[in-house]
Amino acid sequence: MADNDNIVVATAERIFADLADPQTITHSTDASWRTPLLHALSDAGLPLSWVPESCNGSGASLADGFGVLSAAGRAGLSVPLAETMLAGWLLAQADIASPSDAMTIAPTLPKDRIALNDDGTLSGGARGVPFASEARHIAVLASGAKGLAIALVSTADCRITAGLNIASDSSDTITLDKVRPIVVKDAPPGIDITTLLLMGGVARSLQIAGALETMLEITVAYANERVAFEKKIAKFQAVQHNLAKLAGEAAAALAAASSAADAIANATRFDDAIFLEAVSAKIRCAEAAEKGAAIAHQVHGAIGFTSEHILHRYTLRALAWRDDFGNESHWAVELGKRVATRGADELWPLVAAR
Amino acid sequence: MSAVLRFDPIRLPPECDALRKDVRAFLAEEVAAGTFDPHRPHREGKDTRGFSRRVGARGWLGMTWPKKYGGHERSFLERYVVTEEMRVANAPTRHFFVADRQSGPVLLKYAPEHIKMNILPRICRGELCFAIGMSEPNSGSDLFAAKTKATKTDGGWLINGSKIWTSSAHVADYMIAIFRTSPSTKENRRHGLTQFLVDMKTPGIVVNPIRQMTGQTEFNEVVFTDAFVPDDHVLGEIDGAWKQATSELAYERSGPERFLETYYVLTELVRAVGPNPDTRAAEGIGRLVAQLHTMRRMSVSVAGMLQAGKEPVVEASIVKDIGTVWEQQLPHRVRDLAAFVDVDPSNHATLADQLAFATKVAPKLTIQGGTTEVLRGIIARGLGLR
Repeated sequence: MADNDNIVVATAERIFADLADPQTITHSTDASWRTPLLHALSDAGLPLSWVPESCNGSGASLADGFGVLSAAGRAGLSVPLAETMLAGWLLAQADIASPSDAMTIAPTLPKDRIALNDDGTLSGGARGVPFASEARHIAVLASGAKGLAIALVSTADCRITAGLNIASDSSDTITLDKVRPIVVKDAPPGIDITTLLLMGGVARSLQIAGALETMLEITVAYANERVAFEKKIAKFQAVQHNLAKLAGEAAAALAAASSAADAIANATRFDDAIFLEAVSAKIRCAEAAEKGAAIAHQVHGAIGFTSEHILHRYTLRALAWRDDFGNESHWAVELGKRVATRGADELWPLVAAR
Repeated sequence: MSAVLRFDPIRLPPECDALRKDVRAFLAEEVAAGTFDPHRPHREGKDTRGFSRRVGARGWLGMTWPKKYGGHERSFLERYVVTEEMRVANAPTRHFFVADRQSGPVLLKYAPEHIKMNILPRICRGELCFAIGMSEPNSGSDLFAAKTKATKTDGGWLINGSKIWTSSAHVADYMIAIFRTSPSTKENRRHGLTQFLVDMKTPGIVVNPIRQMTGQTEFNEVVFTDAFVPDDHVLGEIDGAWKQATSELAYERSGPERFLETYYVLTELVRAVGPNPDTRAAEGIGRLVAQLHTMRRMSVSVAGMLQAGKEPVVEASIVKDIGTVWEQQLPHRVRDLAAFVDVDPSNHATLADQLAFATKVAPKLTIQGGTTEVLRGIIARGLGLR
């Protein structure tokens, strides 16, 4: 998607091009590329895109932030940008100012819960929390006796068991044992665990769709270069049809994710139509990641399976992102139940609502 | 490269809501009057011509065409709403669908003024049924291998040869067909075909219905023996039909009819599983609904881009490729999900009945109007692979 007519997105794309070059990152033997990248993103105000200026943020629109996430997906970005954006967004819902460094958010799985105790401390745990071991702070949605609360917690106060997702990005387990938050406030009406997961799910959908766009681009380019049986493999009909299917999967992911992002950016509340948009995006993007990554690898052959080739930066990340904020099976069951509850004759009116 | 795919998140404008309500109310009246049964898609409606005229009277045919030809100068997105509501209701649209979607726009672009003034208002009133004469016994996907000949004669052309798989030819008033007016050339094998408007009442035309594996008789063989077509029925450039086909394809390929053809089995599955589905059924339904929603967003997006004057040819081909494969698989997925459903037998009979029909219809969905293989070739060309 040509987003560069948008200045916020263009800024993000320039930083990714300058400081997150996939070749450089793939060949790097240490993590030294991360610091200048994180600094540049921070200087441009991108991690706090969704935080109003009154809460230390840059006050960009939801739509601009979603555009940044698409660009991050296209770049196969592996630093906590989406996570910091989501954390800042959650904190801002309760007018909590964001710290200036990297954050993450919890919970990110549908079944994990963190409790707000009567004494104002937090207890519980969350698995699969992206970049918890790198972040200084976590934005937490906790359930208390009087309802939901939003809290800012220092990672230093939590027990963090480091883990990795299949793309080797941090995906950690955090345990809170009577942790005193830096700030805690009541969550406003309309913000609950489902809202948080839908928002995170749409972020991941945009990232997956972006990664698929790049998979398509580099796979088409490779097919036009690689010669086998005395011609470019792009000239073989079997390869062409596989690439057409990859384009279809990228298109479906792009359409579903952009539609959901646009729906949330223009919504006043998270109703059934928004639920349909957001979970459909997560389900369809996850399905597209599976089919698309398989074709991208098939066309690349053995070279794409090497550690030094950049392809896996996109394929493995797209596959890993399926698991965050509720996987496609989880959301399909939830959507199927809602559809069943509404009844057969209310399915089409839901689909045609927008 | 990344600019190749574009799916702007288009929203239907507010005027579509009122229109949608009107269409639903109209269809409910037609069902109540017994024109068609929305639960029995395999039954031809009783009064398809009358239905066509009533749709025309509502102003829902030629919606986007100029008023001077009987059109209504409304947007493609409004037309989209009418099309999807009719399709989901299994309304008997066969009499007007081809004329409204395809033939009218071709006439608007290529027919002489007096022909437009004569025919387009009648399409808008729902009076005319059109057929499309493309495939021949030895040329299907390979359109440019067509051999049926148009030979120049005094004041017009004499047609000899035959078309096949021609939907609705047995009831159609007109056909828009391509005929060979010159041999192809070495430099351009697509050269030499010309598009014609043919009055189906012309002497020398014989229509032989062909029974399909569903039991229906929708398509035909059409044999031409010295059938005369006057000069003013030539549409566009002589020998240059190949230049005229491309831009209309986006309209033809990306509409809601490209993924809703078997939609009714999904509705019926939801009815059969009831309000408390088990995990397996819930997940299956959820995935199908997510896929359906995504295709609709893609399709609406293409309609919106067309309305904005863009030409999303690759995107439109993608919608048809993904959409037709999906609607083809749908009866099989629904069958899987219904395997353990134990329901009220009256309900289940409807689902079984519909599944049997949808399963038999399914094979044609990825063939008609451009096969999957042809579409993937177009997408590959758009990607810069050929």
